[in-house]
Amino acid sequence: MNAFGIFTQLLQLLLTVLLAPLLLGWVNQCRAWLQNRKGAGIEQPYRKLRKLFYKDAVIANNASPLFRMVPYILFGSMCLAAAIVPSLATDLSFSAAADAIALVGIFALARIFISLAAMDIGTAFGGMGARREMLVGFLAEPALLMVLFTASLISHSTSLTETVETLAHRHFEIYPSMAFAAIAFLMVLLAENARIPVDNPASHLELTMIHEAMILEYSARHLALIEWASSIKLFAYVSIGIALFVPWGIAQASDWLGIAFALPILIAKLLAGGFGLALIETVMAKQRIFRAPEFMGTAFLFGVLGMLVHFLLGA
Amino acid sequence: MSISSQFINLLASILLLLAFAMLSQRRIKSLIRLFMVQGMTLVVSTIVIAVTTNQSHLYSSALLTFALKVVILPLILYRLIKRLNVEWDVETLLNIPSTMLVGIAIVIVSFNLALPISHLAGTITRSTIGIAMACVLLSLLMMITRSKAISQVIGFLSMENSLFFAATSTTYGMPMVVELGVALDVLVGVLILGVFFFQIREKFESLDLKHLEKAEGE
Amino acid sequence: MNGLAIDLIVFAAIFWIALGLVGLAARNNPVFVRWVIFPLGALVGALVAVSAFLADAPETAISPLGLPDLPFHLRLDSLSSFFLLILGSATVGISIFSAGYFRNEEKHLGTICLQYHVFLAAMTFVLLADDAFLFMVSWEAMALSSYFLVTTDHKIPEIRSAGFLYLLMAHVGAISILLYFGTMGGDHSFDAMRKTHLSDVQATFAFLLAVFGFGAKAGILPLHVWLPEAHPAAPSPVSALMSGVMLKTAVYGLLRVVFDLLHMELWWWGVLILAIGLATALFGAIFSAVQSDMKRLLAYSSVENIGIIFVGLGLAVIFKAYSMNALAALALVATLYHCLNHAFFKSLLFLCTGSVLHATGERNLGKLGGLIHKMPWVAWTALVGALAIAGIPPLNGFVSEWLLLQAFLFTPGLPHSYLNMLIPVAAAALVLTGAAAGYVMVKFYGIVFLGQPREETLHGAHSTGKWERAGLLWLALGCVFLGLAPFFVIRHLAEVSMLLVGANISPDKAGWLFLAPISPERASYSPLLFMVVTLCAIGLAFLAVRRFYHGRMRRGSPWNCGYPIRTSRMQDTSEGFGQPIRQIFEPFFRIGRELPSPFDSAPRYSAKTEDRFWYWIYLPFARAVEYMAGIFGKIQQGRILVYLLYNFVTLIALLMFVQ
Repeated sequence: MNAFGIFTQLLQLLLTVLLAPLLLGWVNQCRAWLQNRKGAGIEQPYRKLRKLFYKDAVIANNASPLFRMVPYILFGSMCLAAAIVPSLATDLSFSAAADAIALVGIFALARIFISLAAMDIGTAFGGMGARREMLVGFLAEPALLMVLFTASLISHSTSLTETVETLAHRHFEIYPSMAFAAIAFLMVLLAENARIPVDNPASHLELTMIHEAMILEYSARHLALIEWASSIKLFAYVSIGIALFVPWGIAQASDWLGIAFALPILIAKLLAGGFGLALIETVMAKQRIFRAPEFMGTAFLFGVLGMLVHFLLGA
Repeated sequence: MSISSQFINLLASILLLLAFAMLSQRRIKSLIRLFMVQGMTLVVSTIVIAVTTNQSHLYSSALLTFALKVVILPLILYRLIKRLNVEWDVETLLNIPSTMLVGIAIVIVSFNLALPISHLAGTITRSTIGIAMACVLLSLLMMITRSKAISQVIGFLSMENSLFFAATSTTYGMPMVVELGVALDVLVGVLILGVFFFQIREKFESLDLKHLEKAEGE
Repeated sequence: MNGLAIDLIVFAAIFWIALGLVGLAARNNPVFVRWVIFPLGALVGALVAVSAFLADAPETAISPLGLPDLPFHLRLDSLSSFFLLILGSATVGISIFSAGYFRNEEKHLGTICLQYHVFLAAMTFVLLADDAFLFMVSWEAMALSSYFLVTTDHKIPEIRSAGFLYLLMAHVGAISILLYFGTMGGDHSFDAMRKTHLSDVQATFAFLLAVFGFGAKAGILPLHVWLPEAHPAAPSPVSALMSGVMLKTAVYGLLRVVFDLLHMELWWWGVLILAIGLATALFGAIFSAVQSDMKRLLAYSSVENIGIIFVGLGLAVIFKAYSMNALAALALVATLYHCLNHAFFKSLLFLCTGSVLHATGERNLGKLGGLIHKMPWVAWTALVGALAIAGIPPLNGFVSEWLLLQAFLFTPGLPHSYLNMLIPVAAAALVLTGAAAGYVMVKFYGIVFLGQPREETLHGAHSTGKWERAGLLWLALGCVFLGLAPFFVIRHLAEVSMLLVGANISPDKAGWLFLAPISPERASYSPLLFMVVTLCAIGLAFLAVRRFYHGRMRRGSPWNCGYPIRTSRMQDTSEGFGQPIRQIFEPFFRIGRELPSPFDSAPRYSAKTEDRFWYWIYLPFARAVEYMAGIFGKIQQGRILVYLLYNFVTLIALLMFVQ
């Protein structure tokens, strides 16, 4: 554990936590542009967070302590996820503590807690949202793991930093298995972040909502933390995508100058990624909820195929 | 591995990806689009092989593929579905994940079947034989799971594409005569099938092949 | 402590039997039995665990008991000491819990106490046995004592039939194990079996018999049917013991047979175990998602976990068959660690259901809810168990899952192209079961402990007593400890893997803080660091919110999108929560559904999901047996003369044969 590792670790964590709402704002803004709307500006999520933090919290009479703990747990675990996904540099001192499998574990942790919180009040919507979230997660979690495994097979390591370093810095090589992984990953990203073909982040339509149904009972600072955590989750997912599929430009070990270069490259990639996401959400239609298992099942099988192709082609 | 063979591997896996995408695609129009992309992938792979191995006849083969599979056949098919008015038809499929599961089993089996052949082949792209074989079988699987006549034809055409890929990647292409012959066959085949479609529709007012089952006894 | 550990453990087992007898004698003084005998039993469990943990090198002993010329051989090697550790440490929690739990069972307490302690002692001797004779005797004693425990409430017909099914399957399995020992030949001591060398065919035959026999005990597909019947029927501490510990004796038996007694591995044995395990795991996960009885749900979850254990075992056999010993060691360590973990979290959850059952008298998930307010102790410890079983870091279930996945990621080295490709697919399926476990646990926990009480009667639910709390706390702390500090146990497991596959994983390289089975570059995981950082992040977030904003909060009625009518009946039922899984995996179930008509004044809906295996295998088999019995029944005439004739003919035939 060197000073540089700790510095990049903290820098990346701080950047992620602070910039995450900006990415969400950018995606929403792009979506507005694509739909011929003016949009609320990319800083809108910050305004929303600020407003929510200043409000008085109202929670249901029969809420248990678990209900009040969950927003913090969610926020904490998403910070952890943001810390171990190499987005800025591959020299992260904390990455030894949690590898790719643990990363999936963190997402599972967050998912289970938010589902439990949704069931805590005992409303019809909460239970419905929890059930749907678990259904999506039940297939998305293995799919994500398969994607990460495909990358791990290439680098012979489940350590995320090790994997990204292999993909980014060793001599250029095409990995066909990553083509499958990329498609699977994109589907997982959309599903896990409550984006359009599976869930609609902008709607409170009872019959279709998943994520929103779970957090209906939250207000004020609890809601703010959850919203913030979800934006960090989106950021973490986009970072995983960048790290696995377009890792070039990430800072090398012990390279101060590298970070200075890596930051603008990362921001450019995030902007492009956010725009792509908005584009997908604009051209696709929301699926029926019964189609979601099929969608996720396809993602999972694409992930498995990615692993297989790795063996087929020996690369 | 040289960069060109890596590139061929990438194209091979794109072909596999397309085969799976076709397997799980419900819309006929999107199927045709996928078929077009498949054709384009073939063209690129042929050109890459041509460049790396200096086989000049592969250039003309690529040109032929482009003309036939990226331009003419999709155009014919588009016109067909437009005139048959099935442009937006959606097929009811078996459960997609289970079809894909069968597909994965096919990939594993066909790769292992192709293993001895690929050990023999000395070309730069020998590991793609398994994939080409898997694509052939997947196209066949697609034909099995479909009930509409047009999607079956697309399945047939994509099978031909996979065979073509197998040929170019293992033996650097077939003799030009054979290739021309096959191309002509495919073209004529599609034209005749197009006529068939109209006949079938006129008779049964649908393109669903289950009507043909009943017709057997007549 | 040479020879001391085994003596201590034998002493402990005998002490257990003695405790049981004292309990039976003192059955008129239930308070004494509960508050003295059971806690003493827990202490003995601690003794077993400690002496098993500290025991080094194989220790043997010969007991003077047994038949003439056939003394009992006992042996404590690292494998049995690890399983004794499981037995002892889980028993501590379960026995303490029992001290409080059996307060309503005053009438049967004496017999329960005896059966319970005999059950413990029998399991101890199963793990210590070094000859076929002692093994079978204790195996049968274990089956019988647990049968009597299962049928504690024998007045209820369902429980009687569950007990019968259990006994039947236990005996079919036992016969198979007996036959296995028969094929091994020799003088039936394990030492002799280790020395004999069988041909491939003989060994395979023996192996299949062992898989069938131990599989019937473990509840692998398709021999699992007794498990979801018998485990829920028993009183909760007994369910905990059966699920948490007894199933592991079957795993122990299979490990002993494959790696030690047969000491040869064919690769397809591994594939067979792996395939069975995978099918079992998927089956268990899917079925537990659709259960409405909380103990049945946990029983199916046990089926799933046994499946996962078998997957690891199969992988270890495959690696060993190709002499990749280090990887075999990794898979084996993952398997064994999962055995230990499962003993803790499954016992914990079964005990929690016991507390819920006592407090509410209700096992049906559809009639529970909101118990976190009434029984906070049970709810919070159950949360630990549920998260652990769902494989959530930093708890213990994740550690074994992590190790197993690491083992799977090494399969590219296998020199067999089909295996090379099929095993990643198996890994994918395994991951799927892990995710399904999460689904099941959210269902279980959310419906039992969260939300609003679904029945009026639940408002009267009371919290648990001190003994129960202590027992639950022990197991929950065990889950946390095993999750945070896997290093200590895994170092201990190195000896086991050395014994069985001749290699070990080297956790020492990365230090005690990190878990890095191969090398730190390859993969590392540090649960403690993980936990500390998460807690720091949570704490900082909390402090920051308090510091920069405010902590103002008020209570109100739930928002619920503004719908005015809200009753507790509008919550998701257990059927509702399981519905998506039921829909996706419909072909797996045999579903009987009763839908209300629109004109019913009191509409009722019921859905029953049943196991297809019951109809595919068991019922036809039972019919065939009945038919055969009918045929053989014809020779029973009921007349004494005919029977005498049979005797006469048999006698003549035998005499001729002997001559």
